[in-house]
Amino acid sequence: MSFDDAYAALTDHQDDTRWAYGTGFSDPLAGVPTDVPGGVDAADLTAYCLMLGDDALIMSHRLQQWVTRAPELEDEMALANIALDLLGQARLLLTRAAQAEGAGRDEDDLAFRRDAADFRHVRLAERADADFAHLVARLLVFVTWRLAVLDGLRGSRDPVLAAIAAKGVKELTYHREYAAQWVVRLGDGTAESHRRMRAAMHAVWPAIGELFRPHPVPDRLAEAGVAVPAAAARAEVDAVLSQVLAAAGLPPPTATDGGATDGGAGRDGAHTAALDEILAEMQGVARATPGGLW
Amino acid sequence: MSDEIRHEWPLFEVFVRAKRGLNHVHVGSLRAADHRMAVHHARDLYTRRNEGVSIWVVRSDDVTASEPGDRDAFFAPSADKVYRHPTHYRIPDSVPHI
Amino acid sequence: MTGDGERAFTQTLERDQRVEPRDWMPDGYRRTMIRQIAQHAHSEIIGMQPEGEWITRAPTLRRKAILLAKVQDEAGHGLYLYSAAETLGADRGDLTRRLIEGRQKYSSIFNYPTLTFADVGVIGWLVDGAAICNQVPLCRSSFGPYARAMIRICKEESFHQRQGYELLMTMMTGTPAQRETVQDAVNRWWWPSLMMFGPPDADSPNTAQSMAWKIKRHTNDELRQRFVDMTVPQAQALGVTLPDGELAWNAERGHYDFGAPDWAEFKRVLAGDGPMNARRIAHRRRADADGAWVREAAAAHAAKQSRAAGQARAAEGSVPA
Repeated sequence: MSFDDAYAALTDHQDDTRWAYGTGFSDPLAGVPTDVPGGVDAADLTAYCLMLGDDALIMSHRLQQWVTRAPELEDEMALANIALDLLGQARLLLTRAAQAEGAGRDEDDLAFRRDAADFRHVRLAERADADFAHLVARLLVFVTWRLAVLDGLRGSRDPVLAAIAAKGVKELTYHREYAAQWVVRLGDGTAESHRRMRAAMHAVWPAIGELFRPHPVPDRLAEAGVAVPAAAARAEVDAVLSQVLAAAGLPPPTATDGGATDGGAGRDGAHTAALDEILAEMQGVARATPGGLW
Repeated sequence: MSDEIRHEWPLFEVFVRAKRGLNHVHVGSLRAADHRMAVHHARDLYTRRNEGVSIWVVRSDDVTASEPGDRDAFFAPSADKVYRHPTHYRIPDSVPHI
Repeated sequence: MTGDGERAFTQTLERDQRVEPRDWMPDGYRRTMIRQIAQHAHSEIIGMQPEGEWITRAPTLRRKAILLAKVQDEAGHGLYLYSAAETLGADRGDLTRRLIEGRQKYSSIFNYPTLTFADVGVIGWLVDGAAICNQVPLCRSSFGPYARAMIRICKEESFHQRQGYELLMTMMTGTPAQRETVQDAVNRWWWPSLMMFGPPDADSPNTAQSMAWKIKRHTNDELRQRFVDMTVPQAQALGVTLPDGELAWNAERGHYDFGAPDWAEFKRVLAGDGPMNARRIAHRRRADADGAWVREAAAAHAAKQSRAAGQARAAEGSVPA
């Protein structure tokens, strides 16, 4: 190792097996055709990709807010991994939305230069987390639902959506395991963690109904073999949640379903004040610098 | 140290198999409440860059190691058994495949 | 026994071999090693904060992913280092306590604020660049677990500096206002970056012992000079000015001459009186306190599971004698 070039040392250690240091990164969309398949409405495909992309983007944002605040350093790593996975899904989906739209926009135009009413994620994604129990409760519901949806999308007639789903399913399977284990640990752990976990489940429960609310875009695309109908994932989500709740020793929450009763849904652009806060933070730098290059 | 604070979670040693055909190799340690959590944490900490296909975790206090002071008694006696190595035996170059 | 151990220790150093955790070592070496590694680990963890504040504000999704992965790496590097310290019998809970009670230090650079997104680029370029200069020689530290952790960290960090420089290069092709923010960030971070190498050799009393123990391979001033020599051409390529009127090529020495940082400021910041010291520590303390019930719950759950597993084994009569 020569000190004449400080960087030489970085390449001096070619014996990578010692560190099990990996290579061989792959592009999940390599070789996937990007034309909108015949018989598919491009506007519907755009809207659907925005829905799924915004879900991931906003949920990832909430996870990013936990960076430097996690209960333990190992969980910093885990939460950042989940946030990165969801951010990656968001980028692929927003890029697909922009392709299908064909208006010359890109992932960054969609993420940073849309107003709140143009976002299409479910409200569950934008909720702030009062504590770690609230985070893992919301994460469990979100990734369980998303896993069920993406699992169905692996057979989508849109090859890009199918490829994104195939990649996402692997990621979400791990996310669900992480969230479920924490719900069980906190439900079972101490009197205080049980109380907090129970309160968190109670708080997230009313947001679940919205996930399955029928919507014309996915329902039309489902008939074209592209999407999963909004209501389709319900049975699997209910089954997983009751299994986890039982393992955690938590009673099924009794809070009423707020999804259909509060006069609007995220899928139609009806959001809470939490989104304004998120967008002010997320879009502030990008919008303050018109013409900026990053 | 009377004011010493011990970490809430025990220490685990982590071993990663880089790819099929290689041994698991010790890569470091981490903290976890139980073995299952330790495997998850190991995945998130030690395989972020596509470094592994398999992980072992072992509670650090379950590891029994040889003593550095026993090094001579343990390892020196094998140093002179040169007949265990193939190069010890002289075979003419003209004899093939041996 | 200690005589033999001491001889073996000295021989190991003479042969430029690695000292391993269970080897005999002088108490001073053990203490110094634990302190050095712990301070390095604390620096990684506290160092997440200045850049971490910008993850949610990053102006493109690519920059957001890069920054998130980078800040996550810093948590990972903190963990590799705590892991190395724990091989010496230190306990991470105890080291964390020392950090949040202000009894152990971390790099003073992280006590400066990040005011614009250009700071993210300049931290990558200058702060990580200085860190690389400091860390690459530590890959040859005489203490094995530290040297191995440093090799892994240096490999992973090779992207950190490049992403920062690439961001700055891109911003310099953007609007005039962006170019100004880059220059402003360089002005603010240049001197603190030079301070990262520690006080001048004349005021660095522990250097001789650390060099003898081979846990420090170059003096502070040597490393600082190396950093300046590497950085000046990079600044020229970028089109920014380094804020030092004394900076000039010295053909005789074959190095750049440069001005002295404000060492009074360095001492002030290190002693806790920097712009962000209190906030950095308070943030870490809050995260630790807010997480306590979570860690306790996980430990309680694990204990219950382990008891249940023991009872199940006992019921099956399969408990080993």
